[in-house]
Amino acid sequence: MQATIEVSGLRKRFGPTLALDGMSFTVQPGQVTGFVGPNGAGKSTTMRVILGLDAADEGKATVGGTSYASLRQPMRVIGSLLDAGALQPSRSARNHLLWLAHSQGLDAKRVDEVIEQAGLQGVARRRAGGYSLGMRQRLGIAAAMLGNPAAIMLDEPFNGMDPEGIVWMRGFLRSLAAGGRVVLVSSHLMSELQDTADHLVVVGRGKVIADTTVASLLAAASGDRVTLRTSARPQAKAVLENAGATVVASGQDVLTISGLAAERVVALLSALAVPFSEVSAHRATLEQAYMELTKQAVEFRPAGFDADAAQEVPQ
Amino acid sequence: MTTQAISVPRPEAGSGDGPRGRGFGSVLRAEWIKFRSVRGWVIGMILAALLTIFLGAFAAANANIGCQINGGPPKSGKACLPYIPHGPGGEIVTDSFYFVRQPLTGTGTITAEVTSLTGEHANLSSGPAQVGSSMVPGLAEWAKAGIIIKQSTHQGSAYAAMMVTGSHGVRMQHNFTGDTAGMPGAISAAHPRWLRLTRSGDTITGYDSANGTHWTQVDTVQLTGLPSTVQAGMFATSPGYTVTQNSFGGTSNNGGPAQATGVFDHVSLAGRAPGSTWTGTAIGGGGPAEGGPGPGGGGSVPFTRNGGSYTLTGSGDIAPVTPGPNSPLPTVTIGQSLAGAFLGLIAIVVVAAMFFSTEYRRGLIRTTLAATPRRGAVLAAKAVVIGAVALVTGLVAAVISIGVGVPKEENSGQVLLTAPLLTEVRVIVGTAAMLAVAAVFAVALGAILRRSAAAITIAVVTVVMPFLLTALNVVPAGVGDWLLRLTPAAALAIEQSIPRYSQVTAVTSPVRGYYPLSPYAGFAVLCLWAAAALALALVMLRRRDA
Repeated sequence: MQATIEVSGLRKRFGPTLALDGMSFTVQPGQVTGFVGPNGAGKSTTMRVILGLDAADEGKATVGGTSYASLRQPMRVIGSLLDAGALQPSRSARNHLLWLAHSQGLDAKRVDEVIEQAGLQGVARRRAGGYSLGMRQRLGIAAAMLGNPAAIMLDEPFNGMDPEGIVWMRGFLRSLAAGGRVVLVSSHLMSELQDTADHLVVVGRGKVIADTTVASLLAAASGDRVTLRTSARPQAKAVLENAGATVVASGQDVLTISGLAAERVVALLSALAVPFSEVSAHRATLEQAYMELTKQAVEFRPAGFDADAAQEVPQ
Repeated sequence: MTTQAISVPRPEAGSGDGPRGRGFGSVLRAEWIKFRSVRGWVIGMILAALLTIFLGAFAAANANIGCQINGGPPKSGKACLPYIPHGPGGEIVTDSFYFVRQPLTGTGTITAEVTSLTGEHANLSSGPAQVGSSMVPGLAEWAKAGIIIKQSTHQGSAYAAMMVTGSHGVRMQHNFTGDTAGMPGAISAAHPRWLRLTRSGDTITGYDSANGTHWTQVDTVQLTGLPSTVQAGMFATSPGYTVTQNSFGGTSNNGGPAQATGVFDHVSLAGRAPGSTWTGTAIGGGGPAEGGPGPGGGGSVPFTRNGGSYTLTGSGDIAPVTPGPNSPLPTVTIGQSLAGAFLGLIAIVVVAAMFFSTEYRRGLIRTTLAATPRRGAVLAAKAVVIGAVALVTGLVAAVISIGVGVPKEENSGQVLLTAPLLTEVRVIVGTAAMLAVAAVFAVALGAILRRSAAAITIAVVTVVMPFLLTALNVVPAGVGDWLLRLTPAAALAIEQSIPRYSQVTAVTSPVRGYYPLSPYAGFAVLCLWAAAALALALVMLRRRDA
């Protein structure tokens, strides 16, 4: 079945804070959709609204065309993990999964299957309170997979995971998407989603800033910035500006050019015999693209830190 | 932890609707697994049962009665008990009075004018009565003198009587529990009371009159199986005198022996056997009280005749036995064997409150509500699970408490005030039901307050504290009565196994097994609290973001 997640026009206010300000996007099956934005951008709130936990002031969210609250056994449609620490510490992992399974009309056999999938066989009968954060994440994933749902939604699943766990999680997410599922994964660090996400919903201040594929986001952000090392800086600058580029001197003998491809820069300078020693085209990282996008939308920015001032502190 | 080979099955073509008709059942099962998988909660419930049983058994073991009869060897426990009469209705009764009688065969009528009712009681002005303390004039409120038709001189046999009383006017009483009011007001030589009883078969009718001319019927009663020949005559008796002192911070009750003296005139017995005369008998040792020196002391003459006037002095009572300082017997009720239930109640409300509130502490409530978006179903399932667990815990604890406590109390020399089987079942099942509904109340508080400490505090303060404050006399009796009417603690009334008789001066405190509300009314008060808390919890659970 289709379990496309659709969010349209969500608005929600917590006291003086506008948490969601017209949040709208759709998550399609068969790909990993990254849900990124700075802390406080409204990612978790949106997820809670999708799960019917928080009520939006305006707008609506549906899974497979119906509201979550009207699903009788919702975990068979969409599995979710909001907070891996949401466990009764004295209850064993297996019992945690068992009550969840029974609430969805599933049995103990399914519980043992997901325990194995998540690699928790050896520890499933231990108190969940003794689990490391990484183990709790795996338990949360096991819970989300209980109903073998067509959609899965994870809030910051990489948090607290060791490198091995991160590799495991990436492979897991990719295999879910390859199986035709709807996969929505939030993160406040774009780097975590690099090489994992196919599609990105970038949010800031409660609304969507960009809803695009990873490839086109990279292309848009990298633009055509070129770094040129030349001993004839003024000459090169005049030539390139003549050709319509924006040229900035970014160091001794270094110019940064935007608005012209590297090939055109080389051709122009060669034709006019302007000497240069190095031309390099810049590809922005996903992280840079994201930083650029969200620069305006960051909720909390640290106050400027002045290194010189710090040194003046009396000993 | 090793990295696993990942194999994820394709999603099923499920609809998320699942099998129909097992919606609430699956939520219920989930909540049951939640409960049983937290060891602390299971231990808490076992603790509730143990506290209930041990307090009951401990209280029983603590009672120790000893006696020494007529210089014989010291005895203890059961051996100290006198003969215990049972009334026609099966209840334990007091049947001690001074009886001036003649046999009456077949139909007949006895009439008498009572011109005076006076009495004496132990001096209680300086605390509890001591052996040999002086007697002072005064009437116990239920001191009585009048005419009686009784099956035989055996204690506990059927009777009907018309009488004047210390402060309740004329009454017609029968078979220990029946009581009907006649003319009000105190009597004196200027305002005597004329009393009449007519017997026809099993039917006895009582009349009263101010002048012996104009008679008013008070009541007519059936004494089933009354033999042809019965005993008819005059009697006088008086229960012990009780002083209740209310003060801030406590209530104290003092009791002591008392006796009543009635003066009779114009005595006639129509239908008596020819040639028979009046015979004085102290039924159940019901002669003058052995208080000490003084006009009414041990030396009083129980019965004198002066022309047509008869003077009788007696003590004791013709009434059902109730607990209290003046009870002629050391009594217990089955409800008192369950005194430990209020301790068990503490453990149960703590577990019940936490059953909901801990989900908020860890954010587990979001997992729960994501699994079951129907929030009402979650609340209902939690209430059913904790209620059922508390019910079973309470049943086991109550049955064991009574099974262990009652024989212990009886061996120690106390008399169990028996109740009809249905009443005993109501006390046992009712105690368990009270624990169950209190648990539901606490689980709803947990949902409303979302914090364990607050929910537990309010549950304990409202459910357990009122009984403790009243039982330990921390608050005056009047305040305690209102607490036990209005707070959820009212439900403890379900443990009351003995009826409240208006014709007996009983100290009706919870410690003695008496509650201000009737058993079911008290239980209903708790149910109302639980229903209100559930309704509020439902509204808040639905309205608030999880």
